[in-house]
Amino acid sequence: MTIHDYQLSQLDLLEAEAVHIFREVAAELERPVLLFSGGKDSIVMLRLAEKAFWPAPMPFPVMHVDTGHNFPEVLEFRDRRVAELGVNLVVASVPEAIDRGLVAEEPNGSRNRIQTPVLLEAVEKHRFTALFGGARRDEEKARAKERVFSFRDDFGQWDPKNQRPELWSLYNGRIHLGESIRVFPLSNWTELDVWHYIQREGIEVPSIYYAHDREVFERDGMLFAANEFCRPREGETTFVARVRYRTVGDASLTAAVKSDADTVEKVIDEVASTRLTERGATRGDDRVSEAAMEDRKKEGYF
Amino acid sequence: MDLLRFATAGSVDDGKSTLIGRLLYDSKAIFTDQLESVERTSQQRGDEYTNLALLTDGLRAEREQGITIDVAYRYFATPRRKFIIADTPGHIQYTRNMVTGASTADLAIVLVDARKGMVEQSRRHAFIVSLLRVPHLVLAVNKMDLVDWSQEVFDEIEHEFSAFATKLDVPDLTVVPISALHGDNIVSRSPNMPWYEGPSLLHHLEHVHIASDRNLVDVRFPVQYVIRPQSLQHADYRAYAGQVAGGVLKPGDEVMVLPSGFTTRITSIDTAEGPVAEAFAPMSVTIRLEDEIDISRGDLICRPHNQPSVAQNIDAMVCWMAETPLVPGQKLAIKHTTRSARVLVKELQYRLDVNSLHRDDTATQLGLNDVGRVRLRTTVPLLADEYRRNRSTGGFILIDESTNRTVGAGMITSAS
Repeated sequence: MTIHDYQLSQLDLLEAEAVHIFREVAAELERPVLLFSGGKDSIVMLRLAEKAFWPAPMPFPVMHVDTGHNFPEVLEFRDRRVAELGVNLVVASVPEAIDRGLVAEEPNGSRNRIQTPVLLEAVEKHRFTALFGGARRDEEKARAKERVFSFRDDFGQWDPKNQRPELWSLYNGRIHLGESIRVFPLSNWTELDVWHYIQREGIEVPSIYYAHDREVFERDGMLFAANEFCRPREGETTFVARVRYRTVGDASLTAAVKSDADTVEKVIDEVASTRLTERGATRGDDRVSEAAMEDRKKEGYF
Repeated sequence: MDLLRFATAGSVDDGKSTLIGRLLYDSKAIFTDQLESVERTSQQRGDEYTNLALLTDGLRAEREQGITIDVAYRYFATPRRKFIIADTPGHIQYTRNMVTGASTADLAIVLVDARKGMVEQSRRHAFIVSLLRVPHLVLAVNKMDLVDWSQEVFDEIEHEFSAFATKLDVPDLTVVPISALHGDNIVSRSPNMPWYEGPSLLHHLEHVHIASDRNLVDVRFPVQYVIRPQSLQHADYRAYAGQVAGGVLKPGDEVMVLPSGFTTRITSIDTAEGPVAEAFAPMSVTIRLEDEIDISRGDLICRPHNQPSVAQNIDAMVCWMAETPLVPGQKLAIKHTTRSARVLVKELQYRLDVNSLHRDDTATQLGLNDVGRVRLRTTVPLLADEYRRNRSTGGFILIDESTNRTVGAGMITSAS
């Protein structure tokens, strides 16, 4: 930050905007919760929430929608970080919901879609009125149209054609009983901004974001880790490769990318020069159709 | 690296999508998989060429109908600056979307087709840019290739537009002749128009001076949230969190708290990294004061000799954004800085024709996408400035109390 010309860097501006959003929600909405997956975006969110209310603790719990398909490194990180901050962790468990019959396993084994009812049930149970998510507009084209305060009806649905206009930094958080707001403080951040911020703040992220050797196999042009959730089919052979994860989602359909980037500086160089979007490179779930994300969002997904 | 937010206005016919596609492509912000997806969709639809508009049309309905429904935000960066584009559609809901996109913009690009010159739409776009007081306006005269790179054509459009812009009080106007399709004057100066001596479009976006656009004179700090840790470690800590809306605050400064009118001093300006020597817009900080005064969300900290109006009678230009019209006598909720209240629409003074700038003082209502001057009476005082002096303390939104929808945007012209 150069004080002399009263000019803020892009990271300072993005941080100031995000902090403003966190405070606005805490002031106006009764029961917020921060969605925390242990992924890099939600880790940055946690840091911003910590800053927004410092020296007081953040005035809301965090929630993890646990698909049961986790990378152990991420789960370990989640629990450690939550303990350090002393915040409450709510876990909405998909495997448990399957056992109870709330949702049924899909034929392809993906739990991406069925996590939505589990999320919505937890929201209803805890009467959460605002859910902070780490989604960014640069991630996906349906998200490029999303508001910072994204209104959801009492079924958790998003109506893209009927969004509230959002002007200046005046956010409309008014809702009726049963309705909720999804809040995206990182709306204007790019993947590169997130990494620059991780570097600047010295934020720790799970080790799988950095290059490591892993047993993988190739499917649809992507590299998947061979693990309990994701096994090679006939004709797919496993091999050890130097990889890292650009996104961390459901372990059964998040792919790794070949990489030698084992430090935050190298990751920044890699992200700056890549020619593939992070979702395009690593997410099996967005490949279903052109509007896969939009359809899931309408059903109540993030 | 700093950040520039800009809005683009114009229709597909003006080459707006091509221009955005060009900026993104030349700055390597379009990724291979995005381009492949667009090519695939173009092919499926039988388009003759790869339709770059598909890059920005993110919704199913948009792709199906070939129209842009909503503001889309795009991101790219050069080594000098990060850019956020608010891409506002030209046809559907144009006023509402453009007002939304322009509200946070440092700069707006209005596109015209060199063959057509100034059209009604260009005037409308320029008007909205000035209404929202976007500090920098760029007129991009596109499709210069189709008028044989003619300086005469360009000069004529520039002259006509500048004359119009004078009436609008546009503080900074830059006019650039371009060909978005061929990339002329986008990233580098075009050899096809040696008569043009100004910067390329991207060069201008990278270098336009925005630091002085913010108000660094009038101290305005709307209190957003009171921080009182309920812990032994910070037992007596009490501070006021918010985003600076104007001026420069320093520890030791004498300040006044509105609406109560108490004066006190700033003892420290805190962030999680420790105290800072000064705070200015748009920093989000936490302020501690010398005296224990009753201060809550919606109050405002300023300097004793430089105060906003504490006002319940508000005159404002309002852009209406709902299907059901605004009529005198109507009651609405208002959100202004961190303060919420209710308002009564006392009077509609006139409806403004955004194309001709004609004032219709016989108008009895404001319909969807109409702009008009309105007099409001608020239930509690607002701590308000004229919008032309401060976009943060001069702007507000109106909310329908039964549907909770945002139905209007207002720019304060006077408050008493």
